[in-house]
Amino acid sequence: MSPLPAKTIKTEIASLPAPGFGLTAYLICLKGILIREGLRFLNQRERFISSLVRPLLWLFIFAAGFRQVLGVSIIPPYKTYVLYEVYITPGLCGMILLFSGMQSSLSMVYDREMGNMRTLLVSPFPRWFLLVSKLLAGVTVSIAQVYVFLGIAWFWGIKAPPIGYLLVLPALFLAGVMLGALGLLLSSMIKQLENFAGVMNFVIFPMYFASPALYPLWRIQESSPLLYKICLANPFTYVVELIRFAFYGQVEWFSLVVVAGCTVLFLGGAIIAYDPSRGLMNRKQDTGGNA
Amino acid sequence: MRRLTILAGAVAAGLTASPASAYMVYVSNEKDNTVSVVDSTTMEVVKTINVGQRPRGITISHDGKLIYLCASDDDTIEIIDTATHEIVGSLPSGPDPELFVLSPDGKTLYVANEDDNLVTVIDLESKKVLAEIPVGVEPEGMGVSPDGKTMVNTSETTNMAHFIDTSTNEITHNVLVDARPRFVEFTPDGSEAWVSAEIGGTVSVIDNTTREIKHKITFEIPGLRAESIQPVGVRITADGKKAYVALGPANRVAVINAETYEVEKYALVGQRVWQLAFTPDQKTIISTNGVSNDITFIDVATDEPVQSVTVGALPWGVVVSPN
Repeated sequence: MSPLPAKTIKTEIASLPAPGFGLTAYLICLKGILIREGLRFLNQRERFISSLVRPLLWLFIFAAGFRQVLGVSIIPPYKTYVLYEVYITPGLCGMILLFSGMQSSLSMVYDREMGNMRTLLVSPFPRWFLLVSKLLAGVTVSIAQVYVFLGIAWFWGIKAPPIGYLLVLPALFLAGVMLGALGLLLSSMIKQLENFAGVMNFVIFPMYFASPALYPLWRIQESSPLLYKICLANPFTYVVELIRFAFYGQVEWFSLVVVAGCTVLFLGGAIIAYDPSRGLMNRKQDTGGNA
Repeated sequence: MRRLTILAGAVAAGLTASPASAYMVYVSNEKDNTVSVVDSTTMEVVKTINVGQRPRGITISHDGKLIYLCASDDDTIEIIDTATHEIVGSLPSGPDPELFVLSPDGKTLYVANEDDNLVTVIDLESKKVLAEIPVGVEPEGMGVSPDGKTMVNTSETTNMAHFIDTSTNEITHNVLVDARPRFVEFTPDGSEAWVSAEIGGTVSVIDNTTREIKHKITFEIPGLRAESIQPVGVRITADGKKAYVALGPANRVAVINAETYEVEKYALVGQRVWQLAFTPDQKTIISTNGVSNDITFIDVATDEPVQSVTVGALPWGVVVSPN
């Protein structure tokens, strides 16, 4: 083996499975993180309720008020006229995933401030595996939330074709991973818990409003071509469309490519940002566990 | 991941292909003087026929070979051959024919002449006018009982349903209904005549024996003003269990339990829904949506709108081939 620069060796070590750990060990680690995330969610009943109340408020109040004002013409994947409630449901599924993704980023910041993150990061498993496990745990929890929301909407008379509820699962999963990865990436840049309000203002709201979640893009284009372009540059736009088409058993290929691409980009960014040897974390050394 | 999604898409595509038998749907487009021919399976317009001015009422012979069409502004009824899609003749309708009904034996056509306050009775074989019956002001809705003995005409301004004996061609009863009655539909057993009132916003169920209103159906849609609920076209299933009422600018078709008269559901369709027609297998009901220039296919089993198809300008009437 030819001598390698010290930095490369470090990276190699970080990215290789630690010696002595088999697949079972990895699964145990994943299970542990999943259970912790699940417990954290179940023990915070307020969080569960609030994560459901938010989209339901939009559905029952906002949509009821706006259904006459906006009106939705026939655009794919719809084959006939749909109620406004039906139109915004895929966007609200995206909203649940978006908030969850950001919330797990919040919990990363919290963990770091409280020192819990050390427990996670001192684990002998590679850093990328820990991050991906954390991500999968978060996505699992948020998909469960989406299905509870869809269940309530069903009883409200907002129904997609029955098979759509199964077909939407891969779309929800991919979208959840993308938004979770974005959350992880952001969490590496947020120094303190208080800054989360900034995430609300500068990430969640713009992403949600500058998307086809609440109004079709052609209508946005009619009123503001600039806003239309912003919407097209917003990855959340493609999350919403991917979910919307999946409900009707269709694949929106462009959205799929964009969401998959963004997932790779955000996840890669998060792994690099949390890599101790690359240094984004180094800038915040003084906050780690000393709060 | 991607493969999963592709697989899911393929599964869905397989599931959505429906094996329903094909009927031809004929839609009269009031504004652009055409009839759109739509395949009920592919739900696509297969042909557009140029017809006379302001086509409104449309019906089809029992053997499915001829279409009769009111060309209101040409004061005539045009006959279209369904095989060639060409106009093969006309009937002497009297001025401004708007809506008509074919007798159950398929031999006689009863036509409402809106401007002339007349109902014209036409013999289809000889193409001759058999009688002209004076009725109320602005006659429009036309219905005939399944036994062919009673014909009902509604007059929009007089607000009456006129019951006419088809053997004597004379009015036997006048029933006052709500404002602007538009359409009459008999129940399949002939015991009731349902009359929709556009401005009144109701459907009056008239007992065909006593000739009195036995029930008045009202509509209420959350978030919609009462004025925008304007019942027009009415259709009742062959088993007499369900009725569908087109509600005009409410953009909804009301689904009514025809036994209890309770409104069970409002199906969302296009704008200003006007007339309705069942497919012969009664699996689908089709609405014409005048302002949005399309028709909507509604699944009768679930009462869910399935698909909307753009046709010509201001679609008014609709009829489906019997075979």
